[in-house]
Amino acid sequence: MNLWNKLMCYSRRHSPWLFHMNGGSCNGCDIELIASLTPRYDAEQLGVRLEGSPRHADILCITGPITTNAVGAIKTVYDQVCGPKAVIAIGSCPATTNVFIDSRTLAGPLDKHIPVDVFVPGCPPRPDAIILGVAKAAEILAERAGKKQPSALSSPVVMPLVGPGCGGACACGSATEAKTEEVAQ
Amino acid sequence: MNLITALARLLIFPGLLFAVPAAWFFLWVERKAVARMQGRIGPPFMQPFFDFIKLLGKSTPPRVGIGGLLMRAWPFIAVSAAAGAVGLLPVLPASGGFEGDLILLLALLELPSICIIAAGFSSGSIFGEIGSAREAVLSVSYNIVFLLAIVSIAASQHTFSLSALAHQSASPLRWLGVVAILVCLPAKLHLNPFSLPNAEQEIYSGPMTEYAGPELAMWELSHGLEWVAATGLVATLAAPMVATWWAAALIFVALCFAIVLLLSAVAAATARLQIDTTVRFYWQCTLIFAVLAVASALFMRFRA
Repeated sequence: MNLWNKLMCYSRRHSPWLFHMNGGSCNGCDIELIASLTPRYDAEQLGVRLEGSPRHADILCITGPITTNAVGAIKTVYDQVCGPKAVIAIGSCPATTNVFIDSRTLAGPLDKHIPVDVFVPGCPPRPDAIILGVAKAAEILAERAGKKQPSALSSPVVMPLVGPGCGGACACGSATEAKTEEVAQ
Repeated sequence: MNLITALARLLIFPGLLFAVPAAWFFLWVERKAVARMQGRIGPPFMQPFFDFIKLLGKSTPPRVGIGGLLMRAWPFIAVSAAAGAVGLLPVLPASGGFEGDLILLLALLELPSICIIAAGFSSGSIFGEIGSAREAVLSVSYNIVFLLAIVSIAASQHTFSLSALAHQSASPLRWLGVVAILVCLPAKLHLNPFSLPNAEQEIYSGPMTEYAGPELAMWELSHGLEWVAATGLVATLAAPMVATWWAAALIFVALCFAIVLLLSAVAAATARLQIDTTVRFYWQCTLIFAVLAVASALFMRFRA
């Protein structure tokens, strides 16, 4: 049983299937999410597959500042994803509603409506950062496999900002950290 | 002794013990080959296995009533039919017992496709229904050519027995039939020029849209087993006659691998056709050659 659990943890970490949903995004983050699957970044090396149906997915990727129209759809899709599942908020919009803050057409940020596991900040975030966020979410999924009762959400993870200069997923410098904290609030 | 050999074939080689890892391996080869052709690195070696295990550990939405029961049953029927088809393949030299029948193999190969059609309709999802309708149309198109190719092979060699076919030397007409089967394989395996039923940018996942967890894992496995059975059929028809069993097995695996590479290359190099273009391709372009092959096979037979 223990061996089976270990195998399950390992499999979950190595096979995150994504479902992408747009909650009123400007399309910037959507393009970056697709870019992370293209030959240059090739997220399939981590076993990532972009699925057409939320029923197949493990990880729900949501972009955009969550317009009032999108709330119902997002809740429906969240319920359609079969457990265990994780949610990634891609971009600064679902985390803070970004530049659209105080707009009367918005119902964001995202964590008011569904539990979020990983925030990937950036406007838009680089594909490296998105892949790092997906890997982190897959780790969270694997941890949930180890426990018998899928526990209530621990505090969400905020991924570091990845600058254009550093070519890989890394937190470079204290300026990035300050920005990350700012986004987290 | 016969019973033991038959069981060994069904359970060990080329049956379940060989077929399930081979199914995962072929699924990996397909994804990896497509990735390499697109300039990517592609998934790691154990990827289909990890996907399978992960799907086993996921929950499924509640299904109620007869419809729900049917939805749960389809993937298992598909897997058992595909596994049975692989077990029938006459890879090793015959040593008596059940010799395998081409018509039974065809029926078992067709069953997963029928299960997919039924699954889409019983799921009640609009995308599933569109996918099932497409699968049905596709199946009607390629099966005519597929069956005519099989008939021409059987007529040219005077037998429907699989092991007799595998151990006769190939005539030129058989090669024509093998090429016709190869043309049908992308449609049978839902590969790219004919990937209509699961067209992911158009109708989500087609008939699989409502499936999740272990049921989806069974669908993936049945798709992999279909790969093994379909490529295995071509490999047994094309393989040269060898007396030693290990050489026969080795040639079988190598030929299967080559066919998987060929089909993946075609899939990566082409875009999806429209449904009416696909139907026209099979009914107008390919059917003529299949009819010619059958006609010449029958003609040769009556002359002989």
